[in-house]
Amino acid sequence: MTGLLDAYAEVAGEDVIDHLNQLSRALQGLRVVHVNSTRTGGGVAEILHKLVPLMGELGIDADWQVMSGNQDFFDFTKNVHNGLQGNVIPFSEKAGKSYEEVNAENAGKLRAVLEEADVVFIHDPQPAPLLSLCPERKGKWIWRCHIDLSHPYRPVWRYLQRFLKDYDASIFSLAAFTQRLPHPKYIIPPSIDPLGSKNRDLPAEEIASVCAEFGIDTARPLIVQVSRFDRFKDPLGVIRAYRLVKKFNPDLQLVYAGGGASDDPEGDIVYQEVVDAAGDDPDVFILRLPPDANRTINALQRAATLVLQKSVREGFGLTVTEGMWKQKPVIGGDTGGIRLQVVNHHTGYLVNSPEGAALRIRYLLRQREKCEEMGIKAQQFVRDNFLLTRHLREYLTLITGLLYQREGRIELG
Amino acid sequence: MPARGKSGKRRNGRRPAVKGFQVRDCALIAISTGRKIRNLRELRDRLFDVDASSLDYHFWGSLLRPGFEEPDYVNDFAEWIYHELREKALAERVAMIDPFEFPDNEILRQELIEIIEEYLDGNEGLFWSKSDKQFEFMRSQIVVFSSNKTIERPELLPEVVPHLPVSSIFYHFIDARRRLAEGGDDFSSWLSGWGDRYDDLRVKLAAIDPYFTTLVDLRRRLVGVLEDYFRRSGDDRAA
Repeated sequence: MTGLLDAYAEVAGEDVIDHLNQLSRALQGLRVVHVNSTRTGGGVAEILHKLVPLMGELGIDADWQVMSGNQDFFDFTKNVHNGLQGNVIPFSEKAGKSYEEVNAENAGKLRAVLEEADVVFIHDPQPAPLLSLCPERKGKWIWRCHIDLSHPYRPVWRYLQRFLKDYDASIFSLAAFTQRLPHPKYIIPPSIDPLGSKNRDLPAEEIASVCAEFGIDTARPLIVQVSRFDRFKDPLGVIRAYRLVKKFNPDLQLVYAGGGASDDPEGDIVYQEVVDAAGDDPDVFILRLPPDANRTINALQRAATLVLQKSVREGFGLTVTEGMWKQKPVIGGDTGGIRLQVVNHHTGYLVNSPEGAALRIRYLLRQREKCEEMGIKAQQFVRDNFLLTRHLREYLTLITGLLYQREGRIELG
Repeated sequence: MPARGKSGKRRNGRRPAVKGFQVRDCALIAISTGRKIRNLRELRDRLFDVDASSLDYHFWGSLLRPGFEEPDYVNDFAEWIYHELREKALAERVAMIDPFEFPDNEILRQELIEIIEEYLDGNEGLFWSKSDKQFEFMRSQIVVFSSNKTIERPELLPEVVPHLPVSSIFYHFIDARRRLAEGGDDFSSWLSGWGDRYDDLRVKLAAIDPYFTTLVDLRRRLVGVLEDYFRRSGDDRAA
C-alpha cells in the first residue's frame, strides 16, 4: 500500500482498501479525467481533492481539470442550478449564449486531454456541453449530477438535456433525482473524506480556540447549521426554530455558518436576509466563512450539541454526513439525500417545519444521554456507508461496467 | 475415467483431489430503470414487463443498501406497499414470498403478480403514494473479482470466514443461489467435492436462512455453524 491508502485503511479498515486494490487491478493505467467548475468550495471540489489522488495510488492515471468562466457564465449556471432544483425562474435559451461560449473556450484548452482520455467524468451542468465540443473523443463520458433533479423547471431541463443525450452514462445521488435520459443512470451517493481538514479529529484546544474567536460559550448548548446562504437550506426556518426553543432553553446558542463557493453569486442576497432575521440577538452567530475555512467548520461542528440541516430541497447533504461523522445527531429536513442518512430515532430526526425542528431540538437538549447514544450510532453509520472509499469503489465498479459493456454480471480474473 | 459412486468418491476408495476454495468478492452498483409507480395497479402492470434482474434487486437489494436495522418487510415491494400505500394485509403476504422457492425469476414474477391481482379482486387498491415516495424500479450490475485468497482445507473455514467482507459473503452465500444449478451456496458446493465427509456440515449450512437477516448477521451465523462443527469434530477425534 502507499501513504494515502495506508491512512484510509486506518479509518475505513484494511478490507475496504483490499477491495479497492482488487477492483482496480483491471483498470491499471487507465486515463480518467474529472472536470468541474470550481477548485474550492462546495461538496464536489472537496470530494475531488481526495478522490483523484486516491485513484492515482490505485494505479489509475487520474486527472482533474477545472473549467474557467466569467460572471455571466456563473450567473447563468446558478440560475440553471436553481431551475433544475425546481425553482420557476426567468429563463430563455438566448441567455445560454455565454454558457455555450465559455464551454467552447474551455474545450479549446481541454480538448486534447479529454479526447484522449479513456473515461471522462463531467460534474454538474457547468461543463456539460464539453462532450459535443470533443468530436474525436475515444473514451466513455459520464455526466455526474450532484443536484436534486426530481422536479426540474421544465424549460431549464429541456435546454440542458440536449447536451446530455450523447453521454455514455449518468450518475445521480438518489434514484428519485433521475430524469429520462437515453443511457444507463447509475445511483451513487456522494461521501465525505474522513482525513480531510473538515473531518479529521481536532485537539480540544483548537475547538475551544475557534469558539473563543467568535465569542461562543462552550459551556452552553449550541446548535449548528453549516450551509451555503441559499434559500433551499431554509436559513430563516433555522432562525425560527432556534427562537421557538430559546423560550424554553434561554442558554441556547445558534451558529449558521455559510461556506461560500465561487460559482454561487446569489449568496450575498440570502446572507443579508439571514443577518436581518437574526437581528441583534447576541447568541446567534451568522458566520460567512471563506471557502478554505475547513478546520473552522470542523471545530464548529465538533463544538455543537447537535447539528441541523433544515433544508427544504437538498441534493445529498454532505453537511449531514459531516455532522454525523463527528458523533452528532442531526435534525434534518425530510428531503433528498437527508432521508438516506438521518434515520429517525437512530441517527437523528427528519422534520418538515421549523416547529418540527424546534420540537426535536428541545427533546435532544433535554435527553443528553440519548443525544450521545445517537451520535455514536451516527458515526458508525457514516463509517459503513458514506466514506470516500465507498464512493471510489462505486466509481471503479461503474467504470468496469462501462468498459466491459456487459449487462448484469462482469467476471474479472 | 474411473466410475464414481453417488457421493463423488472413486469406487477404489481414493478421494479425487479437491482444489482449494477460491475466495471471490464482488461489488454491486445500482442502476435506475427510470420506471416509477404510485399505486397498486401501476405496480401490477409494471411487473409484467420490468426486467427480471429488477426482481433480484428488489428482493435482495436491501441487504446491500445503507440501513440501520432489518427492514420490517424484507423485500422492497412489501416495504413500499406497507409504508407508502398502507395496504398492510397485502404487505404481509408479499413479505412472505421467499425467492428461493422459485426456480427462476419468471415464476417469481408470476407469483408476485398473482398475489397482487388476487388482492385487487377483493379490494379497491385506491391508495397512492406521495409524489416523492414513488416506487422506483432499479436493477444492478455486479462486478466479480478474485480476492487472491484460497482456503486449502475445510478445517480452515472457521479461521477465514470471520474476516471475509460482507460483499464476499453476499457473493458466496446469496449470489451463488442464482449461479449454481443445484442451488445452495458456494461453500457447500465445494464441500461436496470431499465426498460425504462433510455432509453433516452441508446440512447445517443449508439450514441457514439467508433471507431474513443482514449480511453482518449472516456472516456471524455462518461462522457460528463452522466453529461449532469443527470444534465438535475435533472433540470426536480427541475422544
